[in-house]
Amino acid sequence: MLLLLGIFISLSLGRYSNDPIKVLNVILSRLGMNVPVDPTMDSIVFNVRLPRVLASVMIGAMLSLSGAVYQSVFRNPLVSPDLLGVSSGAAVGASAAILLGAGLATRQLFAFAGGILAVFITSLVPRLLRNRSNMMLVLSGIIVGGFLSSVLAIMKFVAEEQTELASIVYWQLGSLASILGHELLAIFPVFLVCSTLLLLLSWRINILSFGDLEARTLGVNLRQVRTIVIICASLLTASAVSVSGTIGWVGLVIPHLGRLVGGSDNTRSMPLTLLIGAIFMLLIDTLARTITSVEIPLSILTGFVGAPLYALLLYKQRTRLE
Amino acid sequence: MDTLLQVKDLGFSYDGGHQIFKDINFEVLPGEIVCLLGPNGIGKTTLLNCLARLREPLHGSVLLNGADMADMPPRSVARVIGYVPQTLLPSFDYTVLEYVVTGNAPWLNTFEKPGPKHYRRAEAALEQMEISHLAQKPYTRISTGELQQVSIARAIAQQARLILMDEPTAHLDYGNQLKVLRLIKDLSAKGYAVVLTTHNPDQVLLLDSKTAVIDHHSIFHFGPWEEILTEELLSDMYGVPLRLIKVEGINRMVSVAPGL
Repeated sequence: MLLLLGIFISLSLGRYSNDPIKVLNVILSRLGMNVPVDPTMDSIVFNVRLPRVLASVMIGAMLSLSGAVYQSVFRNPLVSPDLLGVSSGAAVGASAAILLGAGLATRQLFAFAGGILAVFITSLVPRLLRNRSNMMLVLSGIIVGGFLSSVLAIMKFVAEEQTELASIVYWQLGSLASILGHELLAIFPVFLVCSTLLLLLSWRINILSFGDLEARTLGVNLRQVRTIVIICASLLTASAVSVSGTIGWVGLVIPHLGRLVGGSDNTRSMPLTLLIGAIFMLLIDTLARTITSVEIPLSILTGFVGAPLYALLLYKQRTRLE
Repeated sequence: MDTLLQVKDLGFSYDGGHQIFKDINFEVLPGEIVCLLGPNGIGKTTLLNCLARLREPLHGSVLLNGADMADMPPRSVARVIGYVPQTLLPSFDYTVLEYVVTGNAPWLNTFEKPGPKHYRRAEAALEQMEISHLAQKPYTRISTGELQQVSIARAIAQQARLILMDEPTAHLDYGNQLKVLRLIKDLSAKGYAVVLTTHNPDQVLLLDSKTAVIDHHSIFHFGPWEEILTEELLSDMYGVPLRLIKVEGINRMVSVAPGL
């Protein structure tokens, strides 16, 4: 309900006109009702604002859900998709595609492959060092992320300044300004399939969060379930990031909010996290396009809103973290 | 009575060469308690983990209800064997009930979630452990002794007929140690078989159970404690003089050190 209300409010806000009655009228008219319609408004709502609103909802949901899943699987409430290098891997992949002059499909594929590869390498390092502690995983993520940011720097260095470099930099700040309807269609199946799978597996994800030993003694096919879960979560992040560029904080903060509201049991907190993430991103993107006459990149806003929110959540949970 | 667990010529090695233990043969019947004794680092936990199929033995086999465990899917093994680890390392603050209900995992499909029936089963397990009052508490905020009971409650919710416990008394104060032993005795009376590792030979005498010993020459002994435990074996195994004495008044044997 809150989400639908948020979507309507967001549809009503924008540079052309902020009259919710007009917006309501064009929506009702599309639904077959006979009401006076402003044709420009109709075009703006359905061709400009709607794809963008839907994109922000979907991407917020994707990033938050995959963050929640990562935190559970890696038994670490401080892990986010960024921390494991998925985002930087996706960034390197997307930049490579930009340098090659490839289209959306290739860019998305590259971003996805980069993301998966990054999380694979990150999870490989603790195994090679025979130290599977959470701390080692976080350190491994820093190593992989650091390495990938150097790779990214090389790509920027060789990029054509006016066109390619600008694209990469803009991509990295995260934006939904140029979102198109068919881009939405490209990531929607991923969103639908992976989110459904993860929500279906949410109870098994509880068991994964107990650690390998306990999961195995409960008869869970550990490799199978964990592989599905990690692939789905990485696919979600990589797809979201390939369309919107990197957006920080969402995947880290929103799962905490979800657990604060719904408790630790993932069967409750995961759907909540998904919903809260959608609303949060909708709010952020609406702010990004309405606060000033120029677009504000999303990562700037998520940082400004997300970081203090995270501090507040840590304050609320302080007794649990001892 | 039918054999629940049968261990045949079991041997284990971490690197494929040197064997930690070998030629291990024994059986566990329903309702039986088996205490696994041995000096530090001799492989008690490793043996227990082989029984839970957490580790692959180098040779030999473990039969569960007559079927080779190596050929069984993990789910089928988990329907019979519950495992209570030495320490739980909680990561998120699930409530005790949310934790115990995960014992239903081997009885549910991969995509299935627990329903009212499964929550009732978990509640019954808590009741049996007499810790129903903990149900809604986060399991990160209860005492070590309570955590041990929660862990056993989950094995009961799992409907396991054989419960493996790795040093169930390791982190408990003396009172809680005796309470856990009492629980193990109760479980056995209800028909659960329990195999546990322990560092304290007196616990074997308290439980009046069968005992399996890996001595420090890696030789395996198995049988009722009266036939296996001798002052000579105990003193040799732990490298300190130990006595087995019948104490009048409480009318049982105790294992004690004569002095320092």
